Amino acid sequence: MTRALLLRGGRVVDPAAGRDGRLDVLLSDGVVAEVGDRIEPGDAEVFDVAGRYVFPGFIDLHAHLREPGREYAETIETGLKAAAAGGFTAVCAMPNTDPVNDVREVCEFVVARGRSAGGSRLYPIAAATRGQKGEEIAAYGELSEAGAVAVSDDGKWLSNGGVLRRAFEHASLFHLRVVQHAEDRTLSEGAPMHEGAVSTRLGLAGQPAIAEAAAVGRDLLVAEQTGGRLHVAHLSTAAALDLVRRGRAAGIDVTCEVTPHHLVLSDEEIAASAFSTRTKMNPPLRETSDLTALAVALSDGTIDAIATDHAPHHADEKAVEFDAAPFGVVGLETAASVVHDRLVARGRLSLERFVALFSAGPARVFGLPGGTLAPGSPADVTVFDPEARWKVEPHRFLSKGRSTPFAGWELSGAPVATIVGGVVIWQRIEL
Amino acid sequence: MRSIAARPIKKVPALRGRMVVNLFFEASTRTRFSFETAEKWLSADSLNFSVKGSSVEKGESLLDTARNLQAMSPDLIVIRHGSPGVPHFLARHLKAGVVNAGDGAHEHPTQALLDALTIRQRLGRLEGLSVTICGDIAHSRVVRSNIWLLTKMGARVTICGPPTLLPPRIEEMGVTVTTDFDAALDGADVVMMLRMQLERQGHSLFPSLREYFRLYGLDAKRLSRTKAGAIVMHPGPMNRGVEIASDVADSERSVILDQVSNGVAVRMAVLYLLLGGHPWEGES
Repeated sequence: MTRALLLRGGRVVDPAAGRDGRLDVLLSDGVVAEVGDRIEPGDAEVFDVAGRYVFPGFIDLHAHLREPGREYAETIETGLKAAAAGGFTAVCAMPNTDPVNDVREVCEFVVARGRSAGGSRLYPIAAATRGQKGEEIAAYGELSEAGAVAVSDDGKWLSNGGVLRRAFEHASLFHLRVVQHAEDRTLSEGAPMHEGAVSTRLGLAGQPAIAEAAAVGRDLLVAEQTGGRLHVAHLSTAAALDLVRRGRAAGIDVTCEVTPHHLVLSDEEIAASAFSTRTKMNPPLRETSDLTALAVALSDGTIDAIATDHAPHHADEKAVEFDAAPFGVVGLETAASVVHDRLVARGRLSLERFVALFSAGPARVFGLPGGTLAPGSPADVTVFDPEARWKVEPHRFLSKGRSTPFAGWELSGAPVATIVGGVVIWQRIEL
Repeated sequence: MRSIAARPIKKVPALRGRMVVNLFFEASTRTRFSFETAEKWLSADSLNFSVKGSSVEKGESLLDTARNLQAMSPDLIVIRHGSPGVPHFLARHLKAGVVNAGDGAHEHPTQALLDALTIRQRLGRLEGLSVTICGDIAHSRVVRSNIWLLTKMGARVTICGPPTLLPPRIEEMGVTVTTDFDAALDGADVVMMLRMQLERQGHSLFPSLREYFRLYGLDAKRLSRTKAGAIVMHPGPMNRGVEIASDVADSERSVILDQVSNGVAVRMAVLYLLLGGHPWEGES
């Protein structure tokens, strides 16, 4: 039995519970015991968090932890350490491992590894189809029993409409959402960047925005037909956003996430960095007009969650020609700070929405525990210092991945302590 | 630099003791020969390193190849590569100077310089000229470098090609865009024809070469729409009867072989300037 912990004097921002104020939070027996004014500590250890924010633990819906199969790029342990350092108390791990997480045994392995790492919680997302081949749907029943919280062939859009239909239908038995990486490859042709004025200037092939929008449009129609629950991963274009809005208005059960890099960087970054592979990910960085549309949708509630799409690669894999480099950058250790610095601190996103997009929003999307500090909820807390100033230095990351477009950025605001089940699993300040 | 070509002994000691590596990852005849000739005439020691295929295919990364070359302390690396941005990549990782001899569909700066020199030789200026560039714009590095240079020097550039070979929003580079070749030729001072990349026909970007010539091939009749004295250019290699008719390519309007000669002079100038010379010293 761990000792109870009293978080004293912080500003508690808990949008799901409608709370925002200077309050104490008592964590006991792995749950939130009490939130109130001047709680008596009793036997509890006291954690002075005056001047800091106290948020429901941040949840990342989209990370690649690479284990099993590519442990040289990341392991579940290093990935979860990075998550904790980024203020995430829970992470959803994508199934594109080797072997693919498409059977109970792999799913159980991932869950067990997550437990033994003993930090942030790990929720596996299982493959939507066997081997992520897009042909036969996987056995969602046993995967769900083994801990899967959603199904996805992430990285590969389920292009076969019939397969997607069956995926929605079967997943509904277990209340699982189908997560789609929306990219019609007949339109994107695997191009390394966004199609537009910049790709033309740079002579690189481009993925048009409609490659994403066309996929989302088709997925919405199939979801509507089947009553399926659709989650659009790393939505990046204004066009796709518009379709999600219309789909939701029509009563379709659709949710979506965006990444910090799609919110704050445009395709000009590829030119400005002289073709640095740190700017190469999929979906690619879009245009300023997309960034503006995404920022509006964060505030108006169209976007449910901010997710990292943390995708570590070995340095050697990224130190190649832009064309040849794998897609993907790391994000767990920078996500909250980047969004805080660029959007919240500059008045473009309210503190309440910021917190909701990292906690209550993602919890609701997959029906995960947490997302609030209401009494009885898991004692998962992110303590955040809005005044902290720090510089992104990738060599200091706990993740094995170092490739980030934010290297060298100076940011204001940082997670300073991460608490899971009432235990401080990571902190930047002394207790 | 051009005067050196006219001398009985085509060699000056300007770059004696300097080492230049020609690192070519793509098939190239004229550009590589042009750089090599320029290096030899300037007395540089040059080394040719030709690799077919990408770094992945040959099993050594581009970075390792580059580092191995760096270990031999070259002064300059002339790079031709199929992937846009590779010269930047090398410049980030190497101490040697880097000259871009063509990177994918991105840029081919020395080609634009030699084109500008050729135009100025024939027409006396660049400012105010109407230059029409026609062909496979999407996959052309020549066109991008020419747009930067020509628009900077005050020429008006019109880009022409079939819709499937026009990259999106190229007008944002400061050019006029049209799919109507006849209209693009009206009153042009310079017509630059680009190579139709036959090897891309598998992608069905254009239905047939006959259809291409009918719509976008430059023949004598079409050429008559241009200004009197207008010149015809082509970066080579030409597909006769595809983008350009033989009688036009071989006519007195054609400056295609002047482009090749000027290529050596321009590259000598580039090498000389980058390896520590001063512009006024080398002027001829």
